[in-house]
Amino acid sequence: MINTTAINALLTAMADDALIQGHRNSEWTGLGPIMEEDIAFSSMAQDKIGHAWALYKIMQEELQGGDPDQFAFLRNEKDYKCCHFVEHPNGEYDFSLMRHFLFDHAEAIRYELLQQSSFQPLQPLAKKLKGEIKYHTLHANAWVSQLCRAGEESHARMQSALNTCFPLALGLFEPGGEAEEILIAEKVYPGEKAIKEIWLDKIYNILSVAGLNLPAEKDAEPVYGGRKGYHSIYLQPLLEEMGAVFRTDPAAIW
Amino acid sequence: MNNQSLDPRVNRLKLNASGEAVTVQEGENWNVFEVFHQEKRGAHHEHVGCVHAPNAQLALIFAKEQFGRRKKCVNLWVVRSADILAFDAEDEDMFANNGEKTYRDASGFKVMEKINKFKKAAKES
Repeated sequence: MINTTAINALLTAMADDALIQGHRNSEWTGLGPIMEEDIAFSSMAQDKIGHAWALYKIMQEELQGGDPDQFAFLRNEKDYKCCHFVEHPNGEYDFSLMRHFLFDHAEAIRYELLQQSSFQPLQPLAKKLKGEIKYHTLHANAWVSQLCRAGEESHARMQSALNTCFPLALGLFEPGGEAEEILIAEKVYPGEKAIKEIWLDKIYNILSVAGLNLPAEKDAEPVYGGRKGYHSIYLQPLLEEMGAVFRTDPAAIW
Repeated sequence: MNNQSLDPRVNRLKLNASGEAVTVQEGENWNVFEVFHQEKRGAHHEHVGCVHAPNAQLALIFAKEQFGRRKKCVNLWVVRSADILAFDAEDEDMFANNGEKTYRDASGFKVMEKINKFKKAAKES
């Protein structure tokens, strides 16, 4: 029997990242740079919220967790385990696109490795989401390569967005301490460091073709804290807005 | 005169009232791509609409969300609209007499009589 606390910590972190990233990306709906992109970005934001829901559902069915909607909308800030990276406001489209690029490549690697997870319920989910996440990374790669070739200002903005995002993105791989050790030993997944190494290789290749410099990991101060419930100043206002409708009547049936 | 358009691509062209020729920079104006949808493997790709995009790759990526996210879809094609060769609208007269040449319609062949005769003969033998 796999340690329930440890697996809960992993699933909550993954699901909360997806939920908050999905919510942030959905804030672009109606404001995207062009109609086609607005639709694509909104649709992917919806996918992210779907990923969060699927993980909350696994926690409910397999780990005696609560109702997914209640769990998503009614927790206190401290009980969310998302990283600061996804909490940050959208800023301009360069930041949002770069975050989407870095986040989705990490997610693609994580789910690919989870296809072999010893925690059985993750296997079918990881296989199901494969195609969806493949599209997300394809979309992100196409934009990164397009904008890096679209003139001096465009290239400079993308490099600047990468520099801003990188230390935040390292927070996706915040070490999980003892719980993470247990999950690695139980072969639930190979651990944050392993995912990060594959991720760095993957994004380095794409970014260098696009002519962007990936900052050195040793020079970056990773933004940690989210996995332990310590959040940026941006999360609480987001939670208030995200749950506003739900809280008007938590028992309502939709 | 306020020439502000809701489309930033139009604003970037800096159109002015004096009617000077505008030079369009490479990449400044996006292309229109026609989108063809394939419902199942081996089926024809059918034209479903178009998307704006700076290049074919992004056109394909946009097309996937515009046209491939609801009903069944296994593949899409995109083709730059400018690469499609078509007749001029004024050449429509080439097709004008089609309606009269009904002998070219497959429905013009009267075969039921022969089929019935054959069936009858087959039954009797």
